[in-house]
Amino acid sequence: MESTVLKIEDLSAYFSEERILKDVNLSILRKRVTAIMGPSGCGKTTLIRCINRMHELVPGAKVSGRVFLDGKDIYTMNPIIVRRKIGMVFQKPNPFPTMNIYDNVIAGYKLNGIKINRNEQDRIVEESLKKAALWDEVKDFLYRKGTFLSGGQQQRLCIARALAMQPEIILLDEPTSALDPKSTSHIEELISQLKKDVAIILVTHNIAQAARVSDFTAFLYLGELVEFGTSEKIFSVPEDKRTEEYLTGKFG
Amino acid sequence: MSIQSLSKAGRSELFFQGVLYLSACFLVVLVFAIFLSLLVHSIPSINEFGVGFLFGKIWDPVFGLFGALPFLVGTLLTSFLALLISIPFSLSISIFLGEYFTEGTFSSVLKSAIEILAGIPSIIYGFWGLFVLVPLIRSLQIKLGIMPYGVGIFTASLILFIMIIPYSASIGREVVQLVPSEFKEAAFSLGATRFEVIRKVILPYARSGILAGILLALGRALGETMAVTMVIGNVNVIPDSIFSPANTMASVIANEFAEAMENLHLSSLVQIGLLLFVVTMIVNIIGRHIVKKMSVES
Amino acid sequence: MQKDTVSWRILKDKIFKGFVILLSFVSILPLLFILFYIVKNGITSINWEFLTHLPKHIGEAGGGISNALVGTGILLIISCILAVPLGILAGIYLSEHRKGRLSYLTRLCVEVLQGIPSIVIGIIAYLWVVLSMGTFSALSGGVALGIMMLPVIVRTTEETLKLVPFELKEASLALGVPYHRTILKVILPAAMSGIVTGILLSVARVTGETAPLLFTAFGSPFMNFNIFKPISALPLLIFNYATSPYPEWHSIAWGASFVLVIFVLILNIITKLVTKRWKVQF
Repeated sequence: MESTVLKIEDLSAYFSEERILKDVNLSILRKRVTAIMGPSGCGKTTLIRCINRMHELVPGAKVSGRVFLDGKDIYTMNPIIVRRKIGMVFQKPNPFPTMNIYDNVIAGYKLNGIKINRNEQDRIVEESLKKAALWDEVKDFLYRKGTFLSGGQQQRLCIARALAMQPEIILLDEPTSALDPKSTSHIEELISQLKKDVAIILVTHNIAQAARVSDFTAFLYLGELVEFGTSEKIFSVPEDKRTEEYLTGKFG
Repeated sequence: MSIQSLSKAGRSELFFQGVLYLSACFLVVLVFAIFLSLLVHSIPSINEFGVGFLFGKIWDPVFGLFGALPFLVGTLLTSFLALLISIPFSLSISIFLGEYFTEGTFSSVLKSAIEILAGIPSIIYGFWGLFVLVPLIRSLQIKLGIMPYGVGIFTASLILFIMIIPYSASIGREVVQLVPSEFKEAAFSLGATRFEVIRKVILPYARSGILAGILLALGRALGETMAVTMVIGNVNVIPDSIFSPANTMASVIANEFAEAMENLHLSSLVQIGLLLFVVTMIVNIIGRHIVKKMSVES
Repeated sequence: MQKDTVSWRILKDKIFKGFVILLSFVSILPLLFILFYIVKNGITSINWEFLTHLPKHIGEAGGGISNALVGTGILLIISCILAVPLGILAGIYLSEHRKGRLSYLTRLCVEVLQGIPSIVIGIIAYLWVVLSMGTFSALSGGVALGIMMLPVIVRTTEETLKLVPFELKEASLALGVPYHRTILKVILPAAMSGIVTGILLSVARVTGETAPLLFTAFGSPFMNFNIFKPISALPLLIFNYATSPYPEWHSIAWGASFVLVIFVLILNIITKLVTKRWKVQF
């Protein structure tokens, strides 16, 4: 039941000569939300970008260590396969401006050149938008550009886009930092819904948000994984002094 | 400071502002004067031939018959053929410099080469074309069993294609680089290869800018004179194949203007110049407008 | 099946990248060819006599291109005298009046001017200068080249002046320095190297222009210092000699091409060096 989907072993990441992550070890469980929190610049985003091998797209970036997805080291796999199995939602909503809403949802298939028939496409679009709680709002203008949607709606469209690929894990990189409070609570509700199907890794610098939605929490500080455990435990009885200081607002 | 010197300062202030204002005005007047002069000197030909000037197939100074169709066809054929050949190359350079190698030795070598290509005078291209390209084409034509002119539409297009690469490539590179990385990353995160990202995210996003680059290159190709004049063969008839010798609007002016004795002949040549002016102006304004809009949006 | 499409897609990705690299480098092959031919055929003609003597008649060995060198120099001087002050002044106007109808119109006209085919500029110089003076002349050639230089000078002046920090202007105005003296004594000197770049660029652009000279400067086999008479120029000489049937003349044309290309390249390199320094300044 509590099965591990992703296992990170001794992961270090570098940018040019600078070491951004130091020997991180972490296990992610299926159907659970794992929050990664920490002050800005602690390597949160780098950590999840290593999980879907986006980190290496930046010139000068290097990675060492291993990351196992279902027991298979993703660094021995082709990145394009890894990225299809591990979806990502970015800080700023980024629906493709050249595509309409419908095409944005199935962009993963279109970009990957996977041919599926129209009925199947319709089904995937509807299902993904429903899962992203966006269907009712956009079903009447699926063929319009996504740019007129509100920020929150755009972000849910990006979530639908990630869901359409039926990934095993979804990485959320501070998905609400560019949104207003109402859209934020929408997305948080959505996260609790989504964990029925996928594992979610949520990067956030918002402590309250991590406490609200996550089952497990990792605290990252200066590239080091300081503490990892159930959110209940981390937020009530943190073991490490640094975690406690962070939670009580001693560093920004 | 006395009142007097203050008012003196005020006067030189006014004078300075006036001079600035006049020089800006001068540029506007200059362009309008160019247009009007071309128009006025075209009047004899416009009166004589009317719209038929554009459709007349015969250009014969001896009989005073001036129809510009052979040159319109020659210009359009050489320019579009050159554009067609150049598109895969300039697109490759845009992607090479804008996406694959945005910095490093590789890209700076290519960038400087493109700059030099743009800086070489067109007379040099023409000279080289005449002595290197023309014999090459001639032997090719002999092999293919067609009339071995050497010179002609195709040769002119080849020279033009080399000359216009820098124009579309430099704008193409700019707009490819303007594509926000957030969209590229979104596509990568869905498991797309770089090729798929380029084809389905970058190129659609940069499409209008790339088009603008091609338009500016077209503007350049339409008006290019010397290189074309030297290799096109200078024959005033409508070409029957892309290997035939022909004349373009610019090349016929270069060939005949200094020797044009009769008023009508001169006026007809000026009218061709007027056409060239109007067409390149429209092409350039549209192209620059698109480029400006794109860089403002990003 | 699934596996197959992935490896096929990866292969496509690699093929595409290879293709892009290949086509990019194929596009600079012509440049190498051209430079190779110019150097190979041109360098043998170059010697002191070539640069300092007049062309000889057909059949006589030797001879040089001194008339064309002098001609190009005179044409450039005339065009600079006509275009540089005007271009700088208009550039100042545009940088001082960023919005407004005249600025909009002027910018549009500069764009149009930049796009006009050089042969059309030749027609204009013919209609305005040659027709009214009744003879081909260095002056008419200089007018044609001057018109071609204008847009480059106006634009680079405007762009560099916009880069001068506003604080500099405020500092001067705060000292009670009148506006025009602020522009002339503070802003212009600060932007000088940028403006010089623009002038060099425009000179590089027009030095090789042939089309506007065909029926203005016209060309001449003699040494000429009179600006009201036809005059030779490097590109004109290349055109006339290259299209002639005589091999001796062809080799002179190659030599002249070599000189022209070297001159233009050196101007471009200087421009680049100046721009580099300029970028470091601010």
